[in-house]
Amino acid sequence: MIETLKILAHHGMQYIPDVKAVNLPTPYRGRPVISDAKVDENKLANMCPLKAIGKNPLSIDLGKCSFCGECAFKCPEKIKFTQDYKLSASRREDLIIKPGENKLLKVNPKYVRDEIKKVFGRSIKLRQISAGGDNSAELELNASSNANFDMGRFGIEFVASPRHADGIVITGPISQNMAEAVKICYDAVPDPKIVVLCGTDAISGGLFEKSPAVNRTFLDSIKVDLFICGNPPHPLTIVNGILQLIGR
Amino acid sequence: MMNTHIYVENNKAIEIKKIPTLNYDEFYNIAVELLPKEEVHCVNYFGFPYGEKLKFICAFADDKEHKIALLSYEFENKNVKDLNLKSLTETFPAMHIFEREINENFGIMFQGHPWLKPIRFPHNRYDKKLQISQYPFYQIESEQLHEVGVGPIHAGVIEPGHFRFICNGENVLSLEIQLGWQHRGIENLFLKNENWLGRNLLAENIAGDTAIGHASTFASAIESLAGIKISKRLKIERMIALELERIATNTGDMSALCTDIAYQLGAAVFGILRTPIVNFTQRWCGNRLGKGMIRIGGTHYPLTPELRRELHEVLKKYKKKFLEMAHQCYHLVSLQDRFDDIGTLTKKQVRLIGAVGMAARMAGLPRDIRKSHPSGGYEFVNYEPITLESGDVFARFLLRSKEIQESLKLIENIISNDSVFAETDDMFEVDKPLTIQKDSFVLSLTEGWRGEICHTAITDNKGDLLFYKIKDPSLHNWKALELSLRNLEISDFPINNKSYNLSYAGNDL
Repeated sequence: MIETLKILAHHGMQYIPDVKAVNLPTPYRGRPVISDAKVDENKLANMCPLKAIGKNPLSIDLGKCSFCGECAFKCPEKIKFTQDYKLSASRREDLIIKPGENKLLKVNPKYVRDEIKKVFGRSIKLRQISAGGDNSAELELNASSNANFDMGRFGIEFVASPRHADGIVITGPISQNMAEAVKICYDAVPDPKIVVLCGTDAISGGLFEKSPAVNRTFLDSIKVDLFICGNPPHPLTIVNGILQLIGR
Repeated sequence: MMNTHIYVENNKAIEIKKIPTLNYDEFYNIAVELLPKEEVHCVNYFGFPYGEKLKFICAFADDKEHKIALLSYEFENKNVKDLNLKSLTETFPAMHIFEREINENFGIMFQGHPWLKPIRFPHNRYDKKLQISQYPFYQIESEQLHEVGVGPIHAGVIEPGHFRFICNGENVLSLEIQLGWQHRGIENLFLKNENWLGRNLLAENIAGDTAIGHASTFASAIESLAGIKISKRLKIERMIALELERIATNTGDMSALCTDIAYQLGAAVFGILRTPIVNFTQRWCGNRLGKGMIRIGGTHYPLTPELRRELHEVLKKYKKKFLEMAHQCYHLVSLQDRFDDIGTLTKKQVRLIGAVGMAARMAGLPRDIRKSHPSGGYEFVNYEPITLESGDVFARFLLRSKEIQESLKLIENIISNDSVFAETDDMFEVDKPLTIQKDSFVLSLTEGWRGEICHTAITDNKGDLLFYKIKDPSLHNWKALELSLRNLEISDFPINNKSYNLSYAGNDL
């Protein structure tokens, strides 16, 4: 008993008091900013294996970006990754970063269904589905519930059954082999329900977008409520994204 | 001897024509000669289209001689579908998974193989009519027994797989694991991706929990093909990154094991202790799982004196708290009661199924690439594998704790050695062209935290990638989980599953 108490004392308080205001150290790569500097846009756009860099004017699609940071190393005067970890939005087009913009990326309440805040604002239970990912987003989702990030204190929890869930969180590009299971799981969640795409693979297919082993048709039939960017998203990105969605 | 097969070393590219081509019977006979030795096991065996032919390459690693034997045979493409070859699995069960993969990809039959079941339902499989929902499970007809099916979606936040138990009351008679749900065609994307950065990113996305393991295996293979000699400093830095990955995942697994026996203190404390390690990896390379760290021929993130000081502090604090918690666990009767003698495999069993990494070492089989085929930073340290004898859940828990302590020792010794870091680091340049050796073959082995990772690259006559083969240690070790469950209560499944913590993505590719 004494030993147990000692261990508890040695660890003290572990939770991050304010998940909205943490300073992540460099070289963490969060929301990028693009300057107005003149550069060879073709060269930059072509070097990105995920085709996340658009031209005229140069833009970065965070739904496609894997945050490898190579473009910023190549062209530091044009692209810089900041340490801002708030990387979620409720509209796909909001994920595109344009030159000269340095505004925070956030869920715009205007585009969130009214019932989400009303029904899920104080407690939200989610069912996670891995569908062809590499297990990295899953690791960070799990970390979001640990004693440090402690998502549970906001009433955000993962549950075992879709029947007990208020929505689903998809990770991975949705493999052909998981396509049916994803649909069945979604259908099993009672209405009203939300859909969250977590990580580059889920949002755009990422590196696997063009793979014949991937089948993303499920996404054509539903409305996505939240996009959480990153490969994988940082636990703080995940917690903040969900908090913004439920209006907290 | 030398006209039947050739020996290579880890990460040493050779011309592919130097691998002698045998007929299947010759191949079979040599395999039968090599495989009975305890120090020999198959690290990879696969087929790939090679002009008008289907070429097969089989690699047997000899852990004592620190060499890898390469054998090859070929068939005309048009003859492949009628082939019925004599199975090696009949005599050497560890070969089962490779023959199943060849059967699934090309339709070749192996006579004497107990059951050529699909292993991942790849998009380019031979029999496209067979769907993942039609997996041929082992079935029983009995009024006393019942089946329990779990998955592909599981209760927790984990990857998908289907587990089918055949039970007698609470007791599990048989567990069969069906995988393939995570298949996203990653091997083929290595060939389709036209730039090396894209392939490098793919390697980081094979299994997110082994991002450093897979990416460094990939980088070593390509560096060997491109004739790039990286500095000792970069080799050491990669080794430190890999050992940090090992510490982090093993700590996380110890937390997960405590969770499953409802030991809240262990679950919370080990969970908390993983954080400073992955946060240091982020401090070093910008990503908690090490994505972005490993690049072909260089890095953006040298381990600076400041980072080394930080790492030293992080590990010092970690170690004190980790040991305190681990010792508490060793003495906890309720933990022992749940872990001791549960899910036991013998050395004979793990050898039969070809288990690698921790799944081999926990039952006394000292398979560890860091010792048997050292490459990169491991050339400069004399790593001695840790083995345990009991082969149960407790052994897998204890082995994790011991490996963490070895990794800590290894890192602490090396970061205090300033002379290693006096050298300038190799910096990565994204558009530096690579000149890849033509018509060549390279095999790269790394001891990831789960066990041996094996990547094989083959180039064509223009120096492009002709074939890329990935093997995650999980491919072998899933069988260990199936066997561990026999005659256990079904309620012991979660702790056994966590005690192996195998990769679905790594198996499904």
